[in-house]
Amino acid sequence: MRKIYAFGLTLCATLVFFGCALQSKATDKPTITIWHWMTDREPAFTELARRYEAKTGIRVNFELYAPSDAYSQKVRAAAQGATLPDIFGILAEKRDFSSFIKAGHVLDLTPHMDADSGRWRNSLFAKALAVNEFNPGNKYGIEPGVYGVPIDVMAIQMLYNKGLFKKLGLDPEKPPLTFQEFVEIGKKIKAQNMQGMVSGWAEVWMIDCFANNYAFNIMGKDKVIDTIKGKIPYTDPDWVKVLGLFKEMQEAGLLATGVVTMVNKTAEQLFANGKAVFAFNGSWCVNVYKGMNPGLKYGVMMPPRASDKYPMVIWGGAGSSFMVNARSKNKEEAVRFLQWLTDKEQQAYLAETTNNLPANKESLSKVSEILNEFVRNMDNTTHPNVWGVSEFPAVIEAFDKGIQSIIIKEKTPEQIAAEVQKIKAREQAKKR
Amino acid sequence: MKFKSTLENYLFVLPAVLIFSIFYIIPFLWVFQLGMYEWDGIMPTKTFVGLGNFKEIFFQDKIWWQSMFNAGYITFIALTFQNILAFLLALACDREIKLKNFYRLIFFIPPVLSEVVVGLVWQWILDGNYGLLNGWLVHLGFPQFAHNWLSDPQTALTTVAIVHSWKGFGWGFLIFLAGLQTIPRELYEAARVDGANAWQSFKKITIPLMIPVTVLVMILTILGTMQAFVLIIAMTGGGPAYHTEVPVLRILASMRGSSRFGYACAQGLSFGLILMVISFIQYKFSSRARKI
Repeated sequence: MRKIYAFGLTLCATLVFFGCALQSKATDKPTITIWHWMTDREPAFTELARRYEAKTGIRVNFELYAPSDAYSQKVRAAAQGATLPDIFGILAEKRDFSSFIKAGHVLDLTPHMDADSGRWRNSLFAKALAVNEFNPGNKYGIEPGVYGVPIDVMAIQMLYNKGLFKKLGLDPEKPPLTFQEFVEIGKKIKAQNMQGMVSGWAEVWMIDCFANNYAFNIMGKDKVIDTIKGKIPYTDPDWVKVLGLFKEMQEAGLLATGVVTMVNKTAEQLFANGKAVFAFNGSWCVNVYKGMNPGLKYGVMMPPRASDKYPMVIWGGAGSSFMVNARSKNKEEAVRFLQWLTDKEQQAYLAETTNNLPANKESLSKVSEILNEFVRNMDNTTHPNVWGVSEFPAVIEAFDKGIQSIIIKEKTPEQIAAEVQKIKAREQAKKR
Repeated sequence: MKFKSTLENYLFVLPAVLIFSIFYIIPFLWVFQLGMYEWDGIMPTKTFVGLGNFKEIFFQDKIWWQSMFNAGYITFIALTFQNILAFLLALACDREIKLKNFYRLIFFIPPVLSEVVVGLVWQWILDGNYGLLNGWLVHLGFPQFAHNWLSDPQTALTTVAIVHSWKGFGWGFLIFLAGLQTIPRELYEAARVDGANAWQSFKKITIPLMIPVTVLVMILTILGTMQAFVLIIAMTGGGPAYHTEVPVLRILASMRGSSRFGYACAQGLSFGLILMVISFIQYKFSSRARKI
């Protein structure tokens, strides 16, 4: 009996061995592995991978790791262990992105972008590409070039519920243009016991985004950059004015109850279900709202300007991006796949199925009407990753948490400005 | 012969020593080493800062100490409200009451639920706009008590602490119940024969014999509560402002938000050290209490 078992085991092992050998001979084309975090895009990616394999014979394996926090940690751990896949995304600020490049994990895509008179580069939105680009003389000490490929574009704007606008006696086609008009609407919202603006302000980066929009509007880009560089203190009257806007919004009844501990998913649910007049959210929300309430009637608007001195800008341009692992043995195939993925046809497919803005300019005709409203303001977008300087994380945290303190009426804008400046001075001293 | 025997003995303990060293000692030393560097977790190079990170934690990082205070407050609520509730329920279930097995099951449900799920459900119940609790309060004719429980700095931490206690009291209940069941029934019978009433039996028999169990529950409560964070992430994310920040959230913020892996390691070590000191003090107290 034991002999029969031993024989059976040997036979199985032999078959497995030869089976593997035969398989590896039959599929000598490489398999490209991609790590991503985009749960909503998984079916579309799988379909595109199938199409690519049918076309080229190269298998593309999209591996989903969600939520994005867990994904980020996985990528960092893989970078330390040099086990990154052929293609991956980096969900971090430019400073961390530069660390990945310095550590030799990210391939410089500039030669590919510039080949054929820059055919690939020219097909993509320049603002989307800019977040993956390092310019000459950048402060991170990175060789100038393009290190990532945007697969979509986003813009973070304000949205308003047209039905609730009518209830408030407002014209649903005329959203507020100035901060004063916005405040007046807030008073009406308060009088009717409705909820004003919802947003994921428990995730402080969204507060940062909103505050920076107004910082650019009130003091202009140069002054914001000079503040980050340490030339202008946060106690400057313009910064106090930016912080003061949150106090004004709170007092006018423009902010929904509990906005400071609200995660964006809750904010999206409230807005999609018609429980809030305004929302501050990214263009990805189109897909989210469609899933939650397909009949929702809403419009897209720029944050109402608080000053006429400088234009209002919004965060945007940067969507999701993919990087090629510089140590991958399949890097050439990986680059070719990304070129294919960002081609007009594939981008149009992604835009249609996932309701995200495409990174390829020629695919815009395929986007929905509401997404086109986001596109209209694309010229007014900016992103911290293209500013060329980064604020200390401790300062950003103190600033954003400080805004929460203003909203909950715990501290004044002046107090927060002083506290932020104190932390800025501490961080600068450490740097020296 | 003796050498062979000694060698044999060492060989027997070798696997345990190896596992302990690989999974505990080496990572601990590595974390300690990383705690003395400024490192973003990605770059191959690290900057040596000596004890600079520890100095910053102990003398400059006010938010860290606020988070320690918050964790201490939640622990205080857990030690009092949670453990008293657990003890009283265990006492009730130790008696011959109807459906006692059903109650045991019910009381043990919260601890086995996922913390994220519990956090999200409670966040929904306590929501200031459309929360179930406020809805009930309005419905029952107490609209004046409807409140923004999690966004108001006056109530956020206490609310989180109470939810944490609700989630955790089942463990204490189970241990207290096990402890109560080990007390010989003859002691109570003898006391009754001697004329002791229920309160005297409780005071002279139950309490002294439950001291070791109470100490164990207290140590577990302190260690468990000080390290709580999942529930808090799900309910408030540490906000509003820093009002529900706890040490583990600060460690995560250093790692994820600031990309300061070295500092996060130093925070982790400091926190571990503080917990060790607390446990040691408590152990000393409990030893003394046992002697009494």
